[in-house]
Amino acid sequence: MQQRRELDQVYTNRKLLNGQLDTPKWWAPTVTILGIVVVLGLIVIAVMINKGLGMTGLARPVYWGLFITTFVFWVGISHAGIMISAILRLTQAEWRRPVTRAAELLTVFSLLTALVFPLIHAGRPWRIAYWIMPYDLARGIYPNIRSPLNMDPVAISTYLTGSTLFLYIALLPDLGNLRDRTTGWKNAMYTVLALGWRGNPRQWKMQTVGGILLSALMLPIFVSVHSIVSWDFAVASAVEGWHSTIFAPYFVIGAVHSGVSAVVTMMALMRWLWKWDDFIRPEHFDALARLLIVVSTGWLGFTFLELIFALYGQDAPEIALREMQMFQWPWNGLFILFFLTAYAIPVPMWLFKRVRTNIALMFWTSILVNIGMWLERFLIIVPGLARRTPFVYTWEAYRPSAVEWTIFIWSFAWVTFLMLLFSKFFPLVPLFEQKESQVFTTDVMIGRAKVPAIIREAD
Amino acid sequence: MTTAEFGTHNWGMVVDIDKCIGCNACVIACQAENNIPINTQDRVERARSISWIRVERYWEGDFPDAKARFIPIMCQHCENAPCEPVCPVYATYHNSEGMNIQVYNRCVGTRYCANGCPYIVRFFNYWEPVWPESLRNHLNPDVTVRSRGIMEKCSFCVHRIRHESRKARSEGHEILDGAVQTACSSACPTSALNFGNFNDPNSKVSKMRGDKRHYTLLDQFGTDPNVIYLAKIDADKKVGAGEAATHG
Repeated sequence: MQQRRELDQVYTNRKLLNGQLDTPKWWAPTVTILGIVVVLGLIVIAVMINKGLGMTGLARPVYWGLFITTFVFWVGISHAGIMISAILRLTQAEWRRPVTRAAELLTVFSLLTALVFPLIHAGRPWRIAYWIMPYDLARGIYPNIRSPLNMDPVAISTYLTGSTLFLYIALLPDLGNLRDRTTGWKNAMYTVLALGWRGNPRQWKMQTVGGILLSALMLPIFVSVHSIVSWDFAVASAVEGWHSTIFAPYFVIGAVHSGVSAVVTMMALMRWLWKWDDFIRPEHFDALARLLIVVSTGWLGFTFLELIFALYGQDAPEIALREMQMFQWPWNGLFILFFLTAYAIPVPMWLFKRVRTNIALMFWTSILVNIGMWLERFLIIVPGLARRTPFVYTWEAYRPSAVEWTIFIWSFAWVTFLMLLFSKFFPLVPLFEQKESQVFTTDVMIGRAKVPAIIREAD
Repeated sequence: MTTAEFGTHNWGMVVDIDKCIGCNACVIACQAENNIPINTQDRVERARSISWIRVERYWEGDFPDAKARFIPIMCQHCENAPCEPVCPVYATYHNSEGMNIQVYNRCVGTRYCANGCPYIVRFFNYWEPVWPESLRNHLNPDVTVRSRGIMEKCSFCVHRIRHESRKARSEGHEILDGAVQTACSSACPTSALNFGNFNDPNSKVSKMRGDKRHYTLLDQFGTDPNVIYLAKIDADKKVGAGEAATHG
């Protein structure tokens, strides 16, 4: 364990509740500006639904473009929450504690955003109801469960439900804490939300057991969600670059890469904005960067495997597609940018401890990773469709329109907006986790013996 | 089980490339029959034109021995269609008569089917279709006008098949061979396009299908189309052209 400062509980409370009890000065203007962007984005979405998808840049043969890319991107980001909270919880990685809530939040809000994209990219979004729900049972018309597009809503809504519960259970002790420190309508709100949390041993036990059970239950969902998203592409048997058998693990590990990087970005922002230098410490960045080195290298392996499969199979259209992806303008420019940002620049940098513990460098490299991972999805989805096939008579016809870019920017503003709104009412760093880890590292004197304050029960 | 193994009808088409002169009469006939929106210059330039059948021109050989070839391409009504399993709402499915059906009411416009189709014969309505006032009364009342946001494609003129089957039933006999003609096949001046029932061994298309020139498009995907092509006969060459050289 790294050396850390002894923090007393009053200081921890005051510092970590500064978002709720005394709002920072930058909060209101930032939320206002983001709110304006969000409203503008919603207006653009409404106009697009009203006028038609002709407002996008989509054209034969590229029927899926920026919206689906961004959908996959946000689903990928959502993998951060479970990776950090559930997996690291089950493996008892102590350093996860201050970042769990932020990661879970990112999961919930990015999933909410991801869900918007398949809906608005459909030609008739007002008919979405029977895409997901069986309708008109009298005539035996069910949704087609063979279609991955139908497994998507199932997987994503399960994931969303699970991670919302997970977030809420972890929030309960802090809600009780806030209830005891507020008055008026806020007190009334926290009283309802805290569900009668008193912090007695029985409640703590149930809260812990609930968290562990949910972690274990979420693991299969964690694997399945991005696998299913990858099957959206993998089952299209006639599309080169899509019909790959390695897509499921490839997408999942890529999602962890981008999701954990997004958590790093968020942690740096939290440290700067709320001045939580005592809680979000360089050793946390160090640990996450080590994790990222492993994950990203595994992901790079899959990226190369994909190319090797094309070469080994000697499938001419597949090789032609890779050739287009890597050597033809404008795809080659994007490919180089993708490779540099997703791996070649950040990962070698993370090999140095000086970089791993430098918050500013970690912030910028984690942003680079997400630029790269967005490009990766774009380079998988669009060239596969835009390629010149035997019977296509127009190709490479896609250029994202201003409407698509606006909605793309909207999604980022929307996630940030939700985060900041959340931070006004709920603590972004779990207080009880923070205090618990503090206690774990504290020693008490019993007679002459120095023993840990808490002995963890054997699991 | 394929449509060939059950049911009385397995509708299909035989396209004799050797007879095709690339006149585009089929394209115009289809456009008029099926209420397809007018492909304005703007839509063609944006790669958003809709044509359920198209005549592709391609060059074979190098100059000066280059030859212009034509091949009409429409929905292949595959028995093992890549577009069908991916539709989340069963808007496209295979019916018992060998046809790939597009149900406009169900379609929500995910465009997944179009991504899957290797023949690029599925079209998306980006805008609400409009016709000039003078053409409004020319719309075919038997064919649905597709609203924006849904996919459409060649239906094998399903309304004509239904019309003929109702007529045959009221007259108390089976549908006669040649009674059902699609708009494209009836417009074809050289009888390059032939429509009929593959389940009737004596039908014209069944006999044509037995020709040794027969092949299907992109058979490496295993889609098993119900549209059969007959290869071009080249006077100066022993074998047929293009695909036929390998598949004939």
